[in-house]
Amino acid sequence: MINFQHNHFELFGLPQRFHLDLARMDEAYRGIQSQVHPDRFAQASDGERRASMQSATQVNEAYRTLKNPLARARYLLALRGVDLDSENNTAMPAEFLRQQMHWRESVEEAANRPEALAALARRLAGEMKDHYTELERRLDRDGDDALAAESVRKLMFLERLREEIGDALERSDA
Amino acid sequence: MALLQIAEPGMSREPHQHRRAVGIDLGTTNSLVATVRSGIAIVLNDAEGHALLPSVVRYFPDRGTAVGYPAQAELACDPRNTIVSVKRFMGRGLKDVAYAENCPYDFLDAPGMVQLRTCAGVKSPVEISAEILRTLRERAQTALGGELLGAVITVPAYFDEAQRQATKDAARLAGLNVLRLLNEPTAAAIAYGLDNASEGVYAVFDLGGGTFDISILRLSKGVFEVLSTNGDATLGGDDFDHRVFCWIVEQARPAPLSDEDTRLLLTEAREAKEHLSSHGEARITVRLGTGELIDHTLPLKTYAEVTRTLVQKTIAPVKKALRDAGLSVEDINGVVMVGGATRMPQIQQAVAEFFKQAPLNNLDPDKVVALGAAIQADVLAGNRAAGDDWLLLDVIPLSLGLETMGGLVERIIPRNSTIPTAKAQEFTTFKDGQTAMAIHVVQGERELVSDCRSLARFELHGIPPMVAGAARIRVTYQVDADGLLSVSAREATTGVEAAVAVKPSYGLSDAQIARMLQDSIVHSGDDAQARALNEQRVEASRMLEAVTSALAADADLLAPGELADIRAALAALSEVASGSDRRAIMTALEHVNTITEPFAARRMDRSIHQAFAGKKLEDMEI
Repeated sequence: MINFQHNHFELFGLPQRFHLDLARMDEAYRGIQSQVHPDRFAQASDGERRASMQSATQVNEAYRTLKNPLARARYLLALRGVDLDSENNTAMPAEFLRQQMHWRESVEEAANRPEALAALARRLAGEMKDHYTELERRLDRDGDDALAAESVRKLMFLERLREEIGDALERSDA
Repeated sequence: MALLQIAEPGMSREPHQHRRAVGIDLGTTNSLVATVRSGIAIVLNDAEGHALLPSVVRYFPDRGTAVGYPAQAELACDPRNTIVSVKRFMGRGLKDVAYAENCPYDFLDAPGMVQLRTCAGVKSPVEISAEILRTLRERAQTALGGELLGAVITVPAYFDEAQRQATKDAARLAGLNVLRLLNEPTAAAIAYGLDNASEGVYAVFDLGGGTFDISILRLSKGVFEVLSTNGDATLGGDDFDHRVFCWIVEQARPAPLSDEDTRLLLTEAREAKEHLSSHGEARITVRLGTGELIDHTLPLKTYAEVTRTLVQKTIAPVKKALRDAGLSVEDINGVVMVGGATRMPQIQQAVAEFFKQAPLNNLDPDKVVALGAAIQADVLAGNRAAGDDWLLLDVIPLSLGLETMGGLVERIIPRNSTIPTAKAQEFTTFKDGQTAMAIHVVQGERELVSDCRSLARFELHGIPPMVAGAARIRVTYQVDADGLLSVSAREATTGVEAAVAVKPSYGLSDAQIARMLQDSIVHSGDDAQARALNEQRVEASRMLEAVTSALAADADLLAPGELADIRAALAALSEVASGSDRRAIMTALEHVNTITEPFAARRMDRSIHQAFAGKKLEDMEI
């Protein structure tokens, strides 16, 4: 079993922060995979094939985590000792929860109307972009992990909402 | 670079020594075998010059078989014992088989996978597919002049675990070493991408005889990256035949059809479909066994109408694939058409309309998958020089999960995860003093277990009695580069473990495979002993070569004592490999495997670090 002492950022030679040079990460990911991928070891010994599979698996996991902004933020917070899974204080601001209820009502009303759903999706995308900008500022500039954790929790709601609008869109033109 | 080609003493094989590896497209309607010769991928023809092998197997009462054209020619005479489109039954239960009532077979609903009763006994779809693969293996061995190192076998991207495992079993049964199971659209993308030096995001639209796949790939220099895949494992050209068949029956209203007449009309329907790919109408004239004459003309317009819903069925998976890739139609640089069924004009039109661009038809849709598989087989066999190869990153098509309380699915690995991949999740006991836990592995996108495919069940025993919720059971899913799953479970406080290669609940057990293999060897007159010995020798020489070249590159990672031990183990293996004691070879192989394991791990670490050598420090922009 390979014991990676590096965290995901170090694995790809990237600075440990939220803002990422995605093109550089892609390049690093491909560079490593072309060294360790099982296709490179098809004729190697069983031990090497196993080691290759484990390494490629870990590299894929690191890439998947860093590529997705929400997963990246959670991972970064975990590295800083903030574990969102085990946090007890998950109360959300009342205003935010009210907005969530409004969103959900709007999605229900728009069901089976692809254009209305698409408009909601665009509006949501705009709102999420603002939240991500705020999250980046909190993580990379202010270093305020508590506020960053709150941004992450809000974005988890919004990401789920985005999925639901996508599902409704899929159903509406089926 | 050329200097590296010179073999150093004890290093790797001689550069001109080319390993015989093939790509096989095991299709619903036709199968092919291809290889790379002098750097060019070619399809291998049979003695009569045919590239395609119809995927048709006929059984005779004396246990003989006919495969391909001879079997197809007699299709209508012996429909019960002549099996077509067996791929539709791979890894499927009877209830999953579409239009089973229109198949003239004597189905036997066996647990996990349907079986067929023939005049030569009960046959599993795995055995029937193995007949096709064996024919292709023999064709390849004749053409290439010797035993094959191995084969890349293609499967529809949307094939689930059961169907993939069944395909791998069939290959083993046919005496093939499977280098890799490769997704059909990915194989096509390799052939297309290399041929056209394409860069950008491409969709591969693959409508075969029985399956439909859509894959979205990013092609860039040296990398083929699958972004998402979707499809319908029960939609293909056969369904179009069936619609035409139904149309004929509706028009002619013949007396109840015999098996022979059903087969006859299905063949007529298929010919009409093919004719309509380049004509405005097709005339269907056939005299049934009852003497009744059927004579109807099917205009293209009517054909398009009766198959309209089938064409529409391809669009929903396309939309899902785009959504999962996070892309829209405008992001797609080209749509590569694969599979014989994409010749139909209504399919071409629907694809052009949806993607707002003319689809790419410049490769033979029947051959492109086999050619791509051959090219990948050449890479996996190690026939290409370093730097002259590429990286292939594929995904799993369906989510993998397990059953939790109330028959709900907990998703462990989401669909479209790049493979190989692994994920672990912790669960706990729900009763005080609970000492065992049942783990039910499922595949699919639905929330209820009953709507997903059950893959395996196993139990973890020996959990020490604790209060409910105190045990910590870590369940790990690992999917390998073939897309095949293994699952293990471990209780954290005691270290009690249980593991399963996901297989038994639907597939064939190793013992069953061994028995079938034995049967087929006896039957084909091969010498089982000689063949097993030969397999061990091939394995031994592969191992000797692999370790020797690893030592040549990285012996400095080993302490002198470790190096000496490995050399001694290699010498022992080399010694027995030239003898004829199969067990001795096996033991020596195991020893080399065990002793080189830490070495392998260290080499992998070095590879990772070398991927950044020289650029990590100065590039860090903290």
